[in-house]
Amino acid sequence: MDEFVNLKETELRLGLPGTDNVCEEKESIISCCNNNNKRALSSDNEKENESSSRKTETSPPRKAQIVGWPPVRSYRKNNIQTKKNESEHEGQGIYVKVSMDGAPYLRKIDLSCYKGYSELLKALEVMFKFSVGEYFERDGYKGSDFVPTYEDKDGDWMLIGDVPWEMFICTCKRLRIMKGSEAKCLSCGV
Amino acid sequence: MNYFPDEVIEHVFDFVASHKDRNSISLVCKSWHKIERFSRKNVFIGNCYAINPERLIGRFPCLKSLTLKGKPHFADFNLVPHEWGGFVLPWIEALARSRVGLEELRLKRMVVTDESLELLSRSFANFKSLVLVSCEGFTTDGLASIAANCRQLRELDLQENEIDDHRGQWLNCFPDSCTTLISLNFACLKGETNVAALERLVARSPNLKSLKLNRAVPLDALARLMTCAPQLVDLGVGSYENEPDPESFVKLMTAIEKCISLRSLSGFLEVAPLCLPAFYPICQNLISLNLSYAAEIQGNHLIKLIQLCKRLQRLWILDSIGDKGLAVVAATCKELQELRVFPSDVHGEEDNNAAVTEVGLVAISAGCPKLHSILYFCKQMTNAALIAVAKNCPNFIRFRLCILEPHKPDHITSQSLDEGFGAIVQACKGLRRLSVSGLLTDQVFLYIGMYAEQLEMLSIAFAGDTDKGMLYVLNGCKKMRKLEIRDSPFGNAALLADVGRYETMRSLWMSSCEVTLGGCKRLAQNSPRLNVEIINENENNRMEQNEEDEREKVDKLYLYRTMVGTRKDAPPYVRIL
Repeated sequence: MDEFVNLKETELRLGLPGTDNVCEEKESIISCCNNNNKRALSSDNEKENESSSRKTETSPPRKAQIVGWPPVRSYRKNNIQTKKNESEHEGQGIYVKVSMDGAPYLRKIDLSCYKGYSELLKALEVMFKFSVGEYFERDGYKGSDFVPTYEDKDGDWMLIGDVPWEMFICTCKRLRIMKGSEAKCLSCGV
Repeated sequence: MNYFPDEVIEHVFDFVASHKDRNSISLVCKSWHKIERFSRKNVFIGNCYAINPERLIGRFPCLKSLTLKGKPHFADFNLVPHEWGGFVLPWIEALARSRVGLEELRLKRMVVTDESLELLSRSFANFKSLVLVSCEGFTTDGLASIAANCRQLRELDLQENEIDDHRGQWLNCFPDSCTTLISLNFACLKGETNVAALERLVARSPNLKSLKLNRAVPLDALARLMTCAPQLVDLGVGSYENEPDPESFVKLMTAIEKCISLRSLSGFLEVAPLCLPAFYPICQNLISLNLSYAAEIQGNHLIKLIQLCKRLQRLWILDSIGDKGLAVVAATCKELQELRVFPSDVHGEEDNNAAVTEVGLVAISAGCPKLHSILYFCKQMTNAALIAVAKNCPNFIRFRLCILEPHKPDHITSQSLDEGFGAIVQACKGLRRLSVSGLLTDQVFLYIGMYAEQLEMLSIAFAGDTDKGMLYVLNGCKKMRKLEIRDSPFGNAALLADVGRYETMRSLWMSSCEVTLGGCKRLAQNSPRLNVEIINENENNRMEQNEEDEREKVDKLYLYRTMVGTRKDAPPYVRIL
């Protein structure tokens, strides 16, 4: 008997503590004519369907969603969603150190301010008064002594521009603008 | 007509463009069938599994333009799992092998791979036009092949596709000799764009009429592009953020002013509202405006813009425009024919007071006499409003109303919305497409079956009480082609009442209804010309053949007429009976 009571205590519920039936009510409104648990809740990711039966017991704090409802194309949903995510992260910023070979001190920039590599590189060029050359997928940066690199989560020094921007922001720990012979080694034949 | 030589008849047929009419012509007699076959240039296939490429080519060897649709409509809303089907590669392979002189390919909801695009680009010397809508499976590498190899390319139109953006230099792949572009739409690409390459391309394309940019093309580039291409008719603005400095703003305004042919505006994927005034000078010329992705623009900015668009015929907008904004549309846009109001809050997270209600819908119907197509997402509706709309606008061809909360009744009387929708179908004698929502009983389907004589496509969700509902529709709407139903209590009795009916339709979709495996099996038994597909993604549910319970409810049923039997490319979780 005791175990049973404890289970109830730890169960996540929608209503105020002490109320019992709110969970069931929400389910009956949303679930369709069928009693099939599998269909009750949402996700945009099909793979999460297996866990949906677990989800019906632990009601989420906001209104539960139905798969494919409202009938808005996923392309459209994703594009509006991006907007919301961006505004959610407004206060935080992703600050990383930037060092330039030969410069007396380092700077810091907020990666979340930029939409992509071209904006970032332009900002770096302005900040350190240099130019970075043109990026080629195969050969790296050509046309300048300076090569922009970054240190990733594994501690490796990588050429800026190879991976998608979103991936870059997540894995970049610091930036370094390499100059001269060391840069030449990195930008060719690696 | 036997005394006319074939060439004369063929010349007459040239004036018949519509697919329906050409299909009718081909049924008149053997000689017309033959002439029509060899002179048919455009073929439309609404379901890629209804026929196969070999038979297509066999019948229409001279085809130049092919339109193919793959996945069912509800795939748009994640109801059809990945890998379900709709692969275009076999079609391209067959067309290439048979040396068909393909010039145009239009695909919707199909799986397109880089391999297919590469093959396409190499196989047809006169290939001119590629239009992909809601497709997936390819990357910018595939686009690079098209750019590099299609020497006669006029149109590359990518609408709302899921494209893996490798940030490659696909725009650079258009050779310098490529000057034939008329239409370029890459708004759905998520990655960075080589703006320099784009500017060079636009500069050498004097016939460019339609250009739709993606997010990565910034404001200053836009000004340069428009200066290069003042002949543009259709423009999709990319990134429109960050208030520009006064100098850039003036440059932009000057560039826009010169675009006197501009009739259609879209995009605004990221917008700073203070930039909108740059477009004021050309608003009076606009006939089409799509601001449905511009989530950041507040209602009042939208209103200022729309007040200038007196010739607007098509408007796609977010519900942030509010009832107030719709009243302005009603007062200003007297030529309006098509309106789509999308929800800005798709996840129901906020209590959005600015959203539209039945008031906005009634205002539009009263103010816009030419309105014939509407898609309207809202939080509430009343029968009185729908009855008023029906009275104001008896000319609807497409009427799609989506009340965001399932089963929601008339918010004033708490009754079902049967009477409201009933009024719509009774008044709009030309109605071809209808989507219903809100609290609905079998009664609404009685009305639909009784009055909607021209109805070709019907979408039902969370509606009806018994099998009678579905039966009213199947018995009454003789022109029904596509019926899609979800989460409604229709079962075997309705499904099996008239099995022959389904061969007169393109397809039927039923998900989360009451049909059982047994019912579907019975349906499939005597129907060799129907493919009955059961889609069941839940691994746990799959039992051995002998153990399966025929009373088990079917999660998703998709059936369609076909002349080529069971398809061979279905994934393991799709069972074709």
